[in-house]
Amino acid sequence: MNTSPRTALITGGSRGLGRAIGRVLAARGTRVVLVARGTTDLDAAVAEIRSAGGEAHGIVADVGAKEAIYPIAGEAAALVGEIELLVHDASDLGPTPLRLLLDTECEDFARVLEVNLLGPFRLTKALAGPMVLARRGTVVLISSDAAVESYPRWGAYGVSKAALDHLGRIWAAELAETGVRFVTIDPGEMDTRMHADAMPEADRTTLAAPMDVAARVVDIIAAPGVVASGARIVADAWTAARAAPPPAEVSP
Amino acid sequence: MTPAGEARARRDVRLLVVDPSTGTLADRHPDDLVELLAPGDVLVVNDAATLPASLRGTGADGSPLELRLAGVSARGFWAVLFGAGDWRQRTEDRPPPPVVPVGTRIPLDGGLVAAVVRRSPLSARLIEITFDRAGASLYAALYGAGRPVQYAYQRAPLALWSVQTAYGARPLAFEMPSAGRPLTWAVLLGLQARGVSVARLTHAAGLSATGDPALDAALPLPERYEIPPETVACIDAARTSGRRVVAVGTTVVRALEGAVAGRARLVAGAGTTDLRLGPGFVPRIVTDLLTGMHVPGESHYALLQAFVDARLLGRVTSHADAAGYLSHEFGDLTLVLRSGAPARRYDAGSSPRRRWRKRRTAGSLSSPIARS
Repeated sequence: MNTSPRTALITGGSRGLGRAIGRVLAARGTRVVLVARGTTDLDAAVAEIRSAGGEAHGIVADVGAKEAIYPIAGEAAALVGEIELLVHDASDLGPTPLRLLLDTECEDFARVLEVNLLGPFRLTKALAGPMVLARRGTVVLISSDAAVESYPRWGAYGVSKAALDHLGRIWAAELAETGVRFVTIDPGEMDTRMHADAMPEADRTTLAAPMDVAARVVDIIAAPGVVASGARIVADAWTAARAAPPPAEVSP
Repeated sequence: MTPAGEARARRDVRLLVVDPSTGTLADRHPDDLVELLAPGDVLVVNDAATLPASLRGTGADGSPLELRLAGVSARGFWAVLFGAGDWRQRTEDRPPPPVVPVGTRIPLDGGLVAAVVRRSPLSARLIEITFDRAGASLYAALYGAGRPVQYAYQRAPLALWSVQTAYGARPLAFEMPSAGRPLTWAVLLGLQARGVSVARLTHAAGLSATGDPALDAALPLPERYEIPPETVACIDAARTSGRRVVAVGTTVVRALEGAVAGRARLVAGAGTTDLRLGPGFVPRIVTDLLTGMHVPGESHYALLQAFVDARLLGRVTSHADAAGYLSHEFGDLTLVLRSGAPARRYDAGSSPRRRWRKRRTAGSLSSPIARS
């Protein structure tokens, strides 16, 4: 069953996974709004979707800034109507090369939390209310295995993602039975600029292509009843498990 | 009554409950709505988010002006011009704006340019405009340069965060639909858990004052609305079972009563209403009303008279003054709530009542500029 959302807002939409999720959704008929800080990459991402016949709009904004939130929410809703899918993909690693917590500046730690945690909190606060009134909507939080594993030098990022995971769980609990779903997805290691910034020595041939992961992410989103609100999905494992019968705790 | 001079915390807002059946008044808190309403009732909110609708610009002679967006028009927007100064002056004290004939290009902050395409016969200050850009670049410019519309009783500039309800979606309101601002999700989810439906419509609330007597006398101007089918279903269910339909704010009354005027029953869809409500108006859909604190002389006070008789309303005003209730968009709330047997039956077949005029428009509330 095709349950693609009619509209989607994707932060971090100009590069990497966010851009790929926008392309996949637009190809399935979703009207897409991409948010990013930089104009050049954002314009290219919008043009890429439009040249493929999809609808896309770009909003230049910093999701880590509180005053950017209502402009993002308002501009997006003015452009495509009520937002049915919100994808929190924007992430900040903090300064690279990554450093030990003892060497991390307080301001850098705070900035990572602003972008990776407070931004998603604020933007969800602005957009999930209308979703509850409409009795439908999905909020996707893009996480990382750094939320679970204690990788040295990934302190600020890992803490922000662990908190983001819990933010999604609590939101799912508070808005249970409202028709609004929260899904956290660990996309795995991808061949993106962020990955290259964090681990320049990595063998790129071992990394997944963002478009492949994006297709998986969109499959997960478009499978209501298979993925319960509050779930944390590891994209690789989910793909492998697809052919298997649904797990016991899942309602049809 | 003293206006609230700042965006107060939601928890500080008070609720004055007026029961027209018994003539009683009660001092309560908005959180009490959960117990005040009954299972089967429906609470209808206006889910329009608030646009930063005030833009600074320059007249052809170089003089400063302010342009406040007031409504969506066929070609772009309706806007009201103000002369030099800003919200810190009372609107009636502002100097008149420069004259802007049709064809005038008005440069605005952020590089945005508005072109005058029509002037209203109501006032030279009410103009229809188009912008020099559309789509994402227009909204980026509006949100970049625009500020929330506010008035002289405010103490400081308002942030866009301060003028939103907890459920606002599309930015179609030019001033905040303020009766809903004190509603928290704890209250809304609490109501739903109790069996009270929370339904929505979208009403493009316009300006509440311009300082131009001719224009102010004509407010509210025609406003666009959109009522989803599920809201109509909710309301029909409540009315046919004798439950309450509680409007949150005068914009919701205007949308619902405007939509049903001239029709046998409420239908879903988009339209424009120029309904003006006042004493003698008999609501057909709305049974009860949550609104701000209003004082004699305001158009909202006249609307209250459609729900509460003049004598009781006089007692409401005296009590609110004595008890220190605050007025205006960040002020306190009045809930007109009938106890006991439900009021008027939903008489789907009755003939339309007086004092309404309205017209339907094709298409939806989406701005005509949004898609290009």
